[in-house]
Amino acid sequence: MTAMATRTESRESGPSFLQTFVSRHGSMMPTFAAVAILLVLFVGAEIFLRGDFITPRNISALLLDNAYLLVLAVGMTFVILTGGIDLSVGSVMAFSGILGAKLLAEGVPAFVAVPAMLLGGAAIGLMIGILVQYFNVQPFIASLAGLFLGRGLAYVVSLSSIKVEEPGILWLQSTRIRLGDWYITPTGLIALGAVAVAAFVLHLTRFGRTIYAIGGSEQSARLMGLKVARAKVMAYVISGLCGGLAGLVLTAYSGAGYPRNGIGTELDAIAAVVIGGTILTGGRGYVIGSMIGVFVYGTIKTIISFMGAEQSWMQIIVGALLLLFIVVQRAIVARSEGRR
Amino acid sequence: MRPLLELTGATVRFGADAALDRVDFRLFPGEVHSLMGENGAGKSTLIKAITGALPLDEGELRLEGDHVAFASPHEAQAAGISTVYQEIEVLPNLSVAENICLGREPRRGGVISTRLMQARAREILLDLGLDIDPASMLGQHSVAVQQLVAIARAISTDVRILVLDEPTSSLDLDEVGELFRVIRDLKSRGVAILFVSHFLDQVYEICDRVTVLRDGAFVGEYLTTELLRIDLVQKMLGRDVADLKERDHPDDAGPEAAVVLRARGVTARHGIADADVDLGEGEVLGVAGLLGSGRTSLARALTGVTRTDAGTISVEGEDVHLDSPRRGMALGIVYSSEDRRRDGIVAELSVLDNITLALQSERGVLRQIPAARRRELAASWVEALDIRPPDLDRPAGTLSGGNQQKVLLARLLALSPRVLVLDEPTRGIDVGAKVEIQNLVGELADNGMSVIFISAELEEVLRVGDRVAVVRDGRIVRTAPAGLLTADSLLALVAQPDEDGE
Repeated sequence: MTAMATRTESRESGPSFLQTFVSRHGSMMPTFAAVAILLVLFVGAEIFLRGDFITPRNISALLLDNAYLLVLAVGMTFVILTGGIDLSVGSVMAFSGILGAKLLAEGVPAFVAVPAMLLGGAAIGLMIGILVQYFNVQPFIASLAGLFLGRGLAYVVSLSSIKVEEPGILWLQSTRIRLGDWYITPTGLIALGAVAVAAFVLHLTRFGRTIYAIGGSEQSARLMGLKVARAKVMAYVISGLCGGLAGLVLTAYSGAGYPRNGIGTELDAIAAVVIGGTILTGGRGYVIGSMIGVFVYGTIKTIISFMGAEQSWMQIIVGALLLLFIVVQRAIVARSEGRR
Repeated sequence: MRPLLELTGATVRFGADAALDRVDFRLFPGEVHSLMGENGAGKSTLIKAITGALPLDEGELRLEGDHVAFASPHEAQAAGISTVYQEIEVLPNLSVAENICLGREPRRGGVISTRLMQARAREILLDLGLDIDPASMLGQHSVAVQQLVAIARAISTDVRILVLDEPTSSLDLDEVGELFRVIRDLKSRGVAILFVSHFLDQVYEICDRVTVLRDGAFVGEYLTTELLRIDLVQKMLGRDVADLKERDHPDDAGPEAAVVLRARGVTARHGIADADVDLGEGEVLGVAGLLGSGRTSLARALTGVTRTDAGTISVEGEDVHLDSPRRGMALGIVYSSEDRRRDGIVAELSVLDNITLALQSERGVLRQIPAARRRELAASWVEALDIRPPDLDRPAGTLSGGNQQKVLLARLLALSPRVLVLDEPTRGIDVGAKVEIQNLVGELADNGMSVIFISAELEEVLRVGDRVAVVRDGRIVRTAPAGLLTADSLLALVAQPDEDGE
């Protein structure tokens, strides 16, 4: 986080500023790498497309088009920081979206429908968290159950797309808060708000630090007397809640609920989190990094559609980036373990 | 004076085995008390019983005279009992300050104040004489610093009892001195300290009182000043007599027969230095030494389990490069670990699978041993070693300790090795099974197998071994024919520091 980085004042004697910085924030290196890749992508696309890429319109659209993914990545960051994984978020998003669309279509007011969407997501997250913590189920398996449950519930609500006509929901998407050529929508604000709240919770509350402690060593965290069980379940609840919120954002974005939305989106969210520098074994990473990861992901998608190339290249490039990042992370982890 | 903490008749059972059997323990304020015992004596179990990590099956724990029962380490901490565990329990991914303050960070309106937390951590660290940046990541620091940070965490609360479980095993001399200064300081503040270490020098330097445990039972409580070092070692190792077939011990210093395994100057960091070993065909080399003396490091270095940093090993005159247990097995050198539950038996697998595991892995996955052949093989070993119950399909974890050890032996013997290295094969098993294993080792040697037999029981080493190597402080201090040694002379070699060879 830049706020923490700039605060690192040079100390009166001893180690240089750089040494101090590395010893304090060494784990931010993968996130810096993600920022570098994002810049390279921007500059490269700008040169390749002869100055047509870095425009306020494109960059504003980047946030707008990927707001739902950003919300999912925020929730996923909590889970991955504990060393877990949540495969359910794509279907939870679809379930929440179709549930909301259905409720609104039947005349339920938005102030009831929206909390119902969020609670639905949180409930599935709670179930996964309880399975993981109290029934000792592998997170992969528990959230796979959540994936099928969410998708199944979405089909139970409706088998086909339901259009949303509630003005309050559509307002979230259609409003453009402008500053010159730049603009941001309420959905974009929701996503950025989620990032800000998550960063605050992860870094400045006991719950957040417990999340990091669990990822470092669950056994140590327990022996230190931290509330491990509660924090672990809460991580999945937050991820489920973010799934519900993403459902709201996506429904506003597409103007409809659709039970087949978000198939495979959980993997996009995981990819974004990993590209952003969070380590899959947990304990290291930043929610800001996940945001950068989402932007890297979105930028690659935009560049490919600008070039008119096959969308399948998207998958290959994201796959290659993931591979690169996992290797970089392994190197960092191996180096820090080598020092001990 | 009334004890601060008093444990009476403590019993903890794991299944049928009692890890602690009616043990009494007292801790007075302002004293440093050491808990002594070999592997499996029950030290760790006793600590866990005090710190709330394990419930007592029987017995009573009193804190300042009041009956207490801790359901979790958290409750014990709240009562003023802080623990630094042997495996350093820290979080390398968080900052030094967080490792000290986690769970009780200074907060302002629910928000953690990083500035206050770092100031507090710096204060506690300076108190320990450690000048490091509290904002730096703990993983960046050496193990010794991590250990001191764990201690800083333990004393950062109102601590009345501080439990240090082998705190010095990863520290160098200066750091140990620093730790002792801190311990003395805490002691003068009236903190009761339970100090567990297998370094006798350190125990005699810092401790006022010792409690000795052996095989889960209470041996006695002594003042350090009134207990001779040699008596302490004798109490730790114990002497029980079991009837045993006597073997003829050759008298000369070197092995009689051709040397099968020869090691020169074998060194493994933090374990064994400059060890020379000659093992003859059909010979049993007993290895005697205390816990932490380097006996296990020696066995691991000779079998390729850990890599050596220096020295040469040759098998039947040819130099070999032992870089993995697999290479060792290919050369016919096999190792049985001291910790059979962790590094030996696969508890969930059947006796049959456990016995044929190593043989199958040596053949490779493509050359499956036919099921009928496997059964036959396992059955023959179960019969030969008298493994009870003789049920091939029973999960190995449900067997008694002695029978588990036999299953492990069968697994290694199925490989038809030339050199068998047994690290405490008789630890924690009943007397009957002990004698059977000792006799078996003798028979194997008579049939031409070479055996290295490590044990903490001196009589056992003397009876089983043709020659005995004594390991102390990471060096082989003497190798002599068993016939020339008595239990008393061996005890002196094992216990006495700085007497000879230095």
